[in-house]
Amino acid sequence: MFDEKVLEKIKAGKEKWDQGPVAKTLAKAPEQKPVFTTISGTPVERIYTPLDIAGLDYERDLGFPGQFPYTRGVQPTMYRGRYWTMRQYAGFGSAKDTNARYRYLLQQGQTGLSVAFQLPTQAGYDSDHPLSMGEVGKVGVAVDSIEDMKVLFDGIPLDKVTTSMTINAPATVLLGMYLALAEEQGVPWDKVGGTVQNDVLKEIICRGQYIYPPKPTMRLTVDLIEFCQKHVPRWNTISISGYHIRESGSTAAQEMAFTIADGIAYTQACVERGMDVDSFAPRLSFFFNAFTNVLEEVAKFRAGRRYWAKVMRDRFKAKDPRSMMLRYHVQTGGVTLTAQQPLNNIVRVALQTYATALGGAQSLHTNSYDEALCLPTQEAVTVALRTQQIVAEESGATDTIDPLAGCYYVEKMTDQIEQDIDDYIKKIDAMGGTLAAIEQGFIQKEIQNSAYRFQKEIESGERIYVGINKYTMEEPPPTNLLKVDMSVGDVEAAKLKKLRAERDQAKWKAALDNLRKVSQTDENVMPAVIEAVKAKATVGEICDVWRDIYGQYRPKEFV
Amino acid sequence: MAKKIKIIVAKPGLDGHDRGAKLLARIFAEEGMEVVYTGLRQTPEMIVAAAEQEDADVVGLSSLSGVHNYFFPRVVELLKDKGLNDVLVVGGGIIPVEDYDFLQKSGVKAIFGPGTPTMEIVNFIKSNARAR
Repeated sequence: MFDEKVLEKIKAGKEKWDQGPVAKTLAKAPEQKPVFTTISGTPVERIYTPLDIAGLDYERDLGFPGQFPYTRGVQPTMYRGRYWTMRQYAGFGSAKDTNARYRYLLQQGQTGLSVAFQLPTQAGYDSDHPLSMGEVGKVGVAVDSIEDMKVLFDGIPLDKVTTSMTINAPATVLLGMYLALAEEQGVPWDKVGGTVQNDVLKEIICRGQYIYPPKPTMRLTVDLIEFCQKHVPRWNTISISGYHIRESGSTAAQEMAFTIADGIAYTQACVERGMDVDSFAPRLSFFFNAFTNVLEEVAKFRAGRRYWAKVMRDRFKAKDPRSMMLRYHVQTGGVTLTAQQPLNNIVRVALQTYATALGGAQSLHTNSYDEALCLPTQEAVTVALRTQQIVAEESGATDTIDPLAGCYYVEKMTDQIEQDIDDYIKKIDAMGGTLAAIEQGFIQKEIQNSAYRFQKEIESGERIYVGINKYTMEEPPPTNLLKVDMSVGDVEAAKLKKLRAERDQAKWKAALDNLRKVSQTDENVMPAVIEAVKAKATVGEICDVWRDIYGQYRPKEFV
Repeated sequence: MAKKIKIIVAKPGLDGHDRGAKLLARIFAEEGMEVVYTGLRQTPEMIVAAAEQEDADVVGLSSLSGVHNYFFPRVVELLKDKGLNDVLVVGGGIIPVEDYDFLQKSGVKAIFGPGTPTMEIVNFIKSNARAR
């Protein structure tokens, strides 16, 4: 991008500057630390110049928004056309409690819904299962049957909002309920839009909400993708997630690398099913974290877009440009929040939101400042949503596309992260692919080592965390925390009892029998799942059918 | 030479947040303890069975999904039922300060919230685990 002669002049100038003013200043006062690193541990130089990006080819490496390799963004007008979708992840207590929160958020200008299910639902158990004790309605909403789903979306027309559902191993079941509900509302499936997480590999790697062993659980994942490709064309069939990988301790580059490794595994599985890559790849979506180091995050997003585009074009021979676009949701970094001086978290979230906007995301959840203490209160959720609105409307970050392009530091770091991703993908390929790398504990151990390094840096004081190892203070215990009523468990159990007694037993039994039969063949399970949820089969009953057939996953622990 | 402290690090319930539990398991081992990490989805019965079988001195419970008030006291209770009265039970995770009192009264000897230096936990365990 730069003339050779210009570069030589810059090189000479930099040497002079290093030996002159820099050396003189250092002799008088050393810098604050011997090595500066990003929060991921990547060394950072004193300055960056055109010398660091001498090899950058604008057309090849950056291009224009909406064009290969999508480094600068996936749409031609980005936020000048439309802001990212402001989508707050919410769910607690009963479906009725959560429905009220959804209506509030939509009224406050939120533009999409995001369902947090309780852990029993995520693990495929009903609210009255022994393993659900103490968990009902705690970190998400209790949804056991289609009756709960009806209450959850009461008064919310499914053709007017898009809904993201954080549901993985049982994704087919919850999507089945959503589609059955759309039918009831008279909304045709081709008008229904949204996302299911459906990313079971990262559950095994780091999030823990797995049910079945890798192979059968991948079969359900692919069944959902295949079904939607034919019948629900606006649905994002998977949200391949780096978010939890980062939360578990990975670096920025590892987050992107392992997520792309998972993406490759899903794409490969769909291709092996016999699907044409361009028939499903445009509806693959991603989900990432955003930490407080704004520039590193921006570089991560840009590197990820460029690398995924090449994977799809070169490895999978995609032809449709939409197959090559890394479209993603972001959530600000939960693990970056401190329980100490919780109001400081508003500032962290604001910086993370700024990074997300500069990085070109398609949707965003901002965490609430009290989330290191409890589920967010309505006041805290409102501040979090307003933070997005301030960044979108006031900061100027949305006025021009990819404003940090050409920044020597950001371009250099984009290259570096892309190189790190490529190194990991090559290593994982050499191990026999993502499933093999997970099976050997490689990915898990890499993440844990990074988490360990970070903790040691905090405890040695090498890395500063405000309120944790510097600027600490005595505080009164926090007040006004959100409490979930412990009686939700009993209420849900009573509802289940009634449902089981009153449903059409013959219809229910026939639907589950049919599901069992279909699940033992290669036939897509989705139609049978939809019939089962309509016959009021519960999440736990459906998941039990597959537990019988496929068995349950028991991870090896790599500590 | 004093015998090593043996600790069970356990994740009760369906919570999948195990970064802290795994990190502490590693640090306890570095600090000379013998560590058994149970993995996820442990019932109180499973945790207590592990403590009994391993002849553990300490049980460390980690919860970030708000189920501490149910699970932690239950573990203490079951330990008592088995006569394992001198097993030290400690806990950590996302636990509101207002719950500390209840948990301590139920027999959980210490609760460590987010941001606690790991050495503070190590030192507490070393000074409070039963003598062997």
